[in-house]
Amino acid sequence: MIEPALRVEAVRKSYGHVEVLKGIDMQVKPGEVACLVGPSGSGKSTFLRCINHLEKINSGRLYVHGELVGYQEKKGRLYELSDREVCRKRAEIGMVFQSFNLFQHMSVLENIIEAPMKVLKTSKEEAVIYARELLELVGLSGREESYPKQLSGGQQQRVAITRALAMRPKLMLFDEPTSALDPELVGEVLAAMQDLANSGMTMIVVTHEMGFARKVADSVTFMDAGLIVESGPPDQVLDNPQNERTQSFFSKVL
Amino acid sequence: MTRLDSNKEQGPISSTPVSSEATILNAVPIRHYGRWIATIFLLLVAMVMVKSLITNPRFRWGIVGDYITSEPILDGLRLTLILTVVAQLIGILIGIILAIMRLSSNRVLARAAWIYIWFFRGTPLLVQLIFWYNISALYPEIAIGIPFGPTFWQGNANDLITPFAVAILGLALNEGAYMAEIVRGGIVGIDHGQSESAKALGMTHMQTLRRIILPQAVKVIIPPTGNQTILMLKTTSLVSVLALADLLYTAQTIYARTFETMPLLTVVSLWYLGITSVLTFGQFFLERHFTEGKQDRITFTQRITGRVSMSKSGSELGQAERAKHND
Repeated sequence: MIEPALRVEAVRKSYGHVEVLKGIDMQVKPGEVACLVGPSGSGKSTFLRCINHLEKINSGRLYVHGELVGYQEKKGRLYELSDREVCRKRAEIGMVFQSFNLFQHMSVLENIIEAPMKVLKTSKEEAVIYARELLELVGLSGREESYPKQLSGGQQQRVAITRALAMRPKLMLFDEPTSALDPELVGEVLAAMQDLANSGMTMIVVTHEMGFARKVADSVTFMDAGLIVESGPPDQVLDNPQNERTQSFFSKVL
Repeated sequence: MTRLDSNKEQGPISSTPVSSEATILNAVPIRHYGRWIATIFLLLVAMVMVKSLITNPRFRWGIVGDYITSEPILDGLRLTLILTVVAQLIGILIGIILAIMRLSSNRVLARAAWIYIWFFRGTPLLVQLIFWYNISALYPEIAIGIPFGPTFWQGNANDLITPFAVAILGLALNEGAYMAEIVRGGIVGIDHGQSESAKALGMTHMQTLRRIILPQAVKVIIPPTGNQTILMLKTTSLVSVLALADLLYTAQTIYARTFETMPLLTVVSLWYLGITSVLTFGQFFLERHFTEGKQDRITFTQRITGRVSMSKSGSELGQAERAKHND
């Protein structure tokens, strides 16, 4: 059996007394594209942030490529990993945010080569070559010296995707990557993501773009109030939902 | 996309050309009588002041001229400048460390920094200086070692705490408390998404701080730091209570002997004014250096006269730039 890219067992997460994840189980196979959909506040984004340990889980187990995230298990006890160890694991997981979060004081090229140089200790020459290659793939050749403020939202998000890919991640997380974009710019970002999916990248995408989910996703998972309500192939979940809650949600968004 | 943008720019108004004659109005501008009266009043005040500066012999400009570049005054000025630079630099360093401590998730570190700031901002600097000056009353012996363990070095407090050391210590420790708040403000002002995306890329806490947060915070930190430095220059005059021969104390010792009080205070004021002007000038260029985009830059004259032409306003040009890049 191949080790799944992501294996999640009974994950719970609370902020104070508010439980936002109430026992999540999920598996994503390597090369699969999984879309997480659901109403705001259902815990999709929190769940995504638990995967690369930006948020700590309160109970359960979360494995990325067979390795426990953020902890080490020795003789049945969990030990929190050091900052350095957590960072090493995060470096293998790319993340794209709703608000792009490009480094404002750095040019496009500097944004992309920063982490490969500082975290992976790649030489500058090598990092630049790879950055240019990736920029060409997302259609942003010639933008190397621009600053984030000079780019449109769609261009910024494509740079953010490039920045994540420059770390040669094994898994990519997308947190509502098109929600902050003007409608006319959504297409270019989704196209870049589709190319990435076609190249065989494992992707977990929190999104409201049902068209993208239908076309690109291998599985669609519907979350509500901190629980996975329904999960399966896109045509099944989107067109023929079994659960009442899922039905009412899709009747409004589709 | 180009087509979309140009459509937007033209809009409905410019697409129907308005004849240029119709737009020129022959309206009489508002008459600002209040402003005219105030202007005349200020001009009169200025005239009275200039006249008295020239004609009042008690200013004794000759003596001012004799002293302004005299050896003791220049020595005092040198000490004032050394105190300003050294104390400010140490203060900035303390400020950065305290700011990082205050933002730490470790409660002991955060609280310790808070208490430091509370203490040094809560007591007058003059009191602090006198306190440090008399520290040997509390601790006659100063030793470096491990509590209840071995002592590595031991010395007499009076030998160690010279007036100069007290001045630097007092000014820098106090400055650190103010700089801490300035640095913290700069760090807190950076969007949380910046550190989050750095973390997601696998950068450590220190890397994130050094490479992502601080470089962006500097832009916010520079202007108030300039103000602090100018303030520090003048605050150093407090060290005259330590009998340290800075600019003011040197002047005081001279006029205590010669009774030329006003001319010497004029000399001192002219030097402080001169250095402050130089610092203001330097601050302006530092600030401009950290402003992104050359198009937002203004000249020094524009800054002091407060005149920035509207067509050059940053946001407008920024938009034009963006539009240019979008197509």
